[in-house]
Amino acid sequence: MQVASMHFKERAHVKLHDERLQFNLKKMQGKFVAKRRESLVELDDFEGTRDSAKEIRNRALENLDVWLELFERNAKARGATVLFAETPDDVNALVLEIAARHAVKKIIKSKSMVSEESALDHAIEAAGMKVVETDLGEYILQINNYEPPSHIIGPALHKSKEEVADLFSKTHGTPVKTDIAELCLEARGVLRSHYLTADMGISGGNFFVAETGSVVLVTNEGNATLTTTLPRVHVAISGIEKIVPTLEDTATLMRLLPRSSTGQSISNYVDILTGIKGAGEFHGAEHMYFIIVDSGRTAVLASELREALRCIRCGACMNHCPVYQNVGGHSYGWVYPGPIGSILTPMYVGLENAQDLPAASTMCNQCGVVCPVRIPLPDLQRKLREMAFEHGLRPWYEHAALSIWSWFSQRPALYGFGTAIAVRALKWMGGCDGLIHKLPIGAGWTDERDFPAPEGKTFRELYKKRTAT
Amino acid sequence: MRVGFFVTCLVDTMRPSVGFAAIELLEAGGAEVVVPPAQTCCGQPAYNSGDRADAIALAAKVIAEFEGCDFLVAPSGSCSGMIRTHYGDLFSADPPMLQRARALMEKTRELTDFLVNELKLARVPGRFDGTITYHDSCAGLREMGIKAQPRALLAMVPGLALRELPGCEVCCGFGGTFSIKFGEISSRMADNKCQDIAGTGADAVVLGDLGCMLNIEGRLRRRGDMKTRVLHVAEVLAGRKPKS
Ligand code: SF4
Repeated sequence: MQVASMHFKERAHVKLHDERLQFNLKKMQGKFVAKRRESLVELDDFEGTRDSAKEIRNRALENLDVWLELFERNAKARGATVLFAETPDDVNALVLEIAARHAVKKIIKSKSMVSEESALDHAIEAAGMKVVETDLGEYILQINNYEPPSHIIGPALHKSKEEVADLFSKTHGTPVKTDIAELCLEARGVLRSHYLTADMGISGGNFFVAETGSVVLVTNEGNATLTTTLPRVHVAISGIEKIVPTLEDTATLMRLLPRSSTGQSISNYVDILTGIKGAGEFHGAEHMYFIIVDSGRTAVLASELREALRCIRCGACMNHCPVYQNVGGHSYGWVYPGPIGSILTPMYVGLENAQDLPAASTMCNQCGVVCPVRIPLPDLQRKLREMAFEHGLRPWYEHAALSIWSWFSQRPALYGFGTAIAVRALKWMGGCDGLIHKLPIGAGWTDERDFPAPEGKTFRELYKKRTAT
Repeated sequence: MRVGFFVTCLVDTMRPSVGFAAIELLEAGGAEVVVPPAQTCCGQPAYNSGDRADAIALAAKVIAEFEGCDFLVAPSGSCSGMIRTHYGDLFSADPPMLQRARALMEKTRELTDFLVNELKLARVPGRFDGTITYHDSCAGLREMGIKAQPRALLAMVPGLALRELPGCEVCCGFGGTFSIKFGEISSRMADNKCQDIAGTGADAVVLGDLGCMLNIEGRLRRRGDMKTRVLHVAEVLAGRKPKS
């Protein structure tokens, strides 16, 4: 996908003034937060389960190569082919190769965020094949001229029912519907025919289970089941970090994933797909491929940001992020928005292309306290800020302001003198209402806020006087 | 009990009366308060901007100034949170300093927590006739566990009625330098907060961090609300009015 993360501020500005989006965001957030909270009550030891989940993910990452090998061995034993893609381009090339080998004309897809990284759909179309997204959200985006996703679990969550109704009516040539169930039925009707005529199904992968060589798919619409079992060829694409050692481990993670994400005790469907259709079996693909994607992940693994790879893509961090909730997912300018996106995006597309993302956080840590695998998201954002600072990526005036402050702060006498002058000047600027309406430096503050003027003397002056008398 | 009072740079410059209110409360609880005179900043602005070297220099300065005290108390969840939860990270590669940092981290407290859990304050000097609502500042809440302490103390203030703020745990949008770098987003977050505050109809919004106070007050006034007061919890508890 094209990276637009360097325009975060401008994009956020537009989204802040998009009234319809603002309305949709408010409506959606309340639901996610409340449902998650309610569903967590069912767990008798949420914090303990989080600890186990964190441990499972760390165990997988610490010996990733070993688990990947085991996965490969087990998947092969069941007749699947395991391929590794180093770059996003490799992902597309591998898919096209497989498609050519099996004389594929039509491809159906269930949701895969990793395939968004490489804009796989465009590559498929450019190669002359048809591709149909079957996840309802992804389908909506596809027929809206491949609009980018705004959320990792609900890619079209930024859209209202009415917007979808208009889009369906325009695309399908049907009367505008108002009922959500009717809209779903309409989409289902359109998609059904594709399931039966597609040659290849592409899915993502929530987990790759090493001990069995299986891919686990967590969905609510049932489309992944059809996508992966009806066509002749199934290709599962996901990142190398999605490996989980055992089925038992998967079960533990599954206690947290749907609850953290949609607030369900369990998603409507959990597919565990192992190997090709065996002799005498009725369901399943004849050919099964795994494309296991690096695309920057080993670099993260080797960095101080490794903990970000524990992510199980539940979306809780963005559902609870006050910045995301105000600017929406599109502002972030690439595949992964919100707190986890602010870490993964710079690592995958280059810090110089996305350095505003880790900076655009108040570090309120609401994300960190909800993350089911305890990723310390603000700490990782700060690490990225340190990298940006070290590489001189921040603007000179920011550096200058910071250096001046730190320089004075290390020289108490000068600091005392300088602040005493500054507070008097600011008090004077505050006038009789004690409010500064415009700061010459710091327009970011005063464009839409006043700056309450200081009292006029510093604490250290007053305290010195008090102790002297 | 020698309590080193960490004034914080925002109280020092913007609202000294908060500092005096805090000292009054600490003394009311029987603490011997010392104010190391050369103190400045805890290093958080540098730390959160990625300037580790300056953050380390400032943290070392704080450690040297306060390690002789039995406690370090700050009228801010943000600054006390910086010291208590992040100084260890700053010195992770410097074992001797790490040891000193750890010692200080352990004795660092946020003001209301210290008043409730160490000094076990049973009475407060202040009086407030009216309703207030309370905003939980992020670092205080999520780094220092400040939630029940200010409410317990405010409940002792004669005349005061607390009306809880919907979304009291949602960030007000300050975020240090974020408020200037991303002023528009920050202002919107502050505006959401102001709407919630207005919805309570309280006479004052009370909180425990200067950054959030300036942010919320700044947005309230720009929205045209000249009436709702924005007060530090120490001011209310001590019964001090901000000088203006
Ligand atoms: S970072 Fe944590 S909260 Fe965010 S999507 Fe990943 S697992 Fe969920």
